[in-house]
Amino acid sequence: MWRWLHPYAKPEATYHLLQKLLPWFVALTLVTLVTGVIWGLAFAPGDYQQGDSYRIIFLHVPSAIFSMGAYMGMAIMGAVALIWQIKTAEWSIPAIAPVGAALTVVALLTGAIWGKPMWGTWWVWDARLTSELILLFLYVGVMALYFAFDDARTGAKAAAILSLVGVINLPIIHFSVEWWNTLHQGATITKFEQPSIATSMLIPLLICLAGFAFLTVSLVMMRLKNEILRHELHRPWAQQRLEQD
Amino acid sequence: MAFDSFTDFVAMGGYGLYVWLSFFLSFVVLAGVALETLLAKRQLAKKSKQLQQRQERLARRKASRAEVGDGNESKT
Repeated sequence: MWRWLHPYAKPEATYHLLQKLLPWFVALTLVTLVTGVIWGLAFAPGDYQQGDSYRIIFLHVPSAIFSMGAYMGMAIMGAVALIWQIKTAEWSIPAIAPVGAALTVVALLTGAIWGKPMWGTWWVWDARLTSELILLFLYVGVMALYFAFDDARTGAKAAAILSLVGVINLPIIHFSVEWWNTLHQGATITKFEQPSIATSMLIPLLICLAGFAFLTVSLVMMRLKNEILRHELHRPWAQQRLEQD
Repeated sequence: MAFDSFTDFVAMGGYGLYVWLSFFLSFVVLAGVALETLLAKRQLAKKSKQLQQRQERLARRKASRAEVGDGNESKT
């Protein structure tokens, strides 16, 4: 495995791999997101309690899950950057953080808009909402720290450490609905028992989940390509690449 | 189809404002990230071109200086 992985420590090799994979991921993103959203909005049945307001779930749950998934990915890259000093891993931190922050914003916004008709309030300072807001601050903090040093590699190291420390927030977000009393409902699909949702709603939700997964990966790949080019701009291969596309 | 008519679909059982607002804002945020990424790429291409032009200019100047002679020959 190491023999296979090792060439990708070279930024140029990673770039070409990303270049090859990206069109497929973009295509998968478009197909799954469009299918999932149309299915969720128009074809899934209404909820017997929440009526049609529950359709926000098709954005809210996927964005919330991958706001945490992206953070996990960023922290793993942070660990790789700290342990093996691989530059591409360092550059993936500023590639992932804005995407994760955007997903967190989407989760918070859709949650607030869903909360207004169902709970009667846009926002409460309860455990689930507050810990998700802290996730947004962590993303912002990681980005700020990354760019806060004159020496880019020191910044990358500091950001990597912060991203690793922030991992503690992920189980807090996930279990917040069990550990504390909250307005937010409990887990519906991310638990070990049978999902407590009707199949006719679960299928479009799973498609939307796949859509957000592909979207997250596609955006991160696009941004990582940019980061690689930014750092390799003085190299002929990067200049040629930029001229070609 | 969960709705009888297009009007019903837009109304979302009275929750139209909330449902459409959340889908609209989500689209704006995520498309914003994608757009920013594409613009950054274009910016990089511009920067790369400037860098190349500067390198060429420097190379040309060096070559012309060598032809005319810039006084360094006297050392030899």
